[in-house]
Amino acid sequence: MRKSHASTRRRFLGLAGSAAAIGMVPVVSLRPAGATPETMAAAIRNVVGTATVQTGKVKLDVPPLVENGNTVPMTVSVTSPMTEEDYVKSIHVFNEKNPQPNIGNFYLGPKAGRAQVSTRIRLADSQKIIAIARLSDGSFWSVSADVVVTLAACTEEVI
Amino acid sequence: MASALINVPKKAKRGEIIEIKTLMSHIMETGYRHTAAGQLVPRDIITSFTCRFNGAEIFRADLFPAIAANPFVTFFTIANESGKFDFEWIGDNGFTETASAAISVE
Repeated sequence: MRKSHASTRRRFLGLAGSAAAIGMVPVVSLRPAGATPETMAAAIRNVVGTATVQTGKVKLDVPPLVENGNTVPMTVSVTSPMTEEDYVKSIHVFNEKNPQPNIGNFYLGPKAGRAQVSTRIRLADSQKIIAIARLSDGSFWSVSADVVVTLAACTEEVI
Repeated sequence: MASALINVPKKAKRGEIIEIKTLMSHIMETGYRHTAAGQLVPRDIITSFTCRFNGAEIFRADLFPAIAANPFVTFFTIANESGKFDFEWIGDNGFTETASAAISVE
């Protein structure tokens, strides 16, 4: 009696598990073709031109695991003295799997005092986000962050 | 119907770095969503946000459909003198909205 109970439970869990796995597949494949790592690279090229992008100086704060992709808090900050001689000109944020590779461009100046910008963004899938900062000396610095998204944004049906 | 929420400190010490928080009510329709009938919902987003202090631009942002509804943007500036911040949002379908906030620096 006891044994059969355990096996029923095990079978149920197994079924539930596979049902969940099957359920996951269409969620991913429903997403229409949008930005890809290649279009993201092209969008980045549009901003930086032929300059090389170095890694560092930039900090990108996004939660690593997001339940709802419709509002994801994001903070980008750049290590910079923010003086007239040395400041952050702009911050550009990109993603690789939304319908469009751009998230936002933010233009600052020496009067900003602190090179930090916060906003809320949408994410259509689990993906990599890249933030690039343009400094007043013409150099570019970047950082990337990976985010896992449970509920995708942007492309759901309107009811 | 649109309305703005601005958070700027009323007073600041000279040279202090202050945080400015802005929120604009807006649907930010991405232009990638479909109705149940399969029709594409046209894009309706705010594309540009600008903040000026006493007429001079201190912060600007290009927004894309990847910015969440009711765009919330925060940034910093140095309080050097008393004056007025003017905020401006521009978007699709002729959307424009402005707001302003005063600060006294001592």
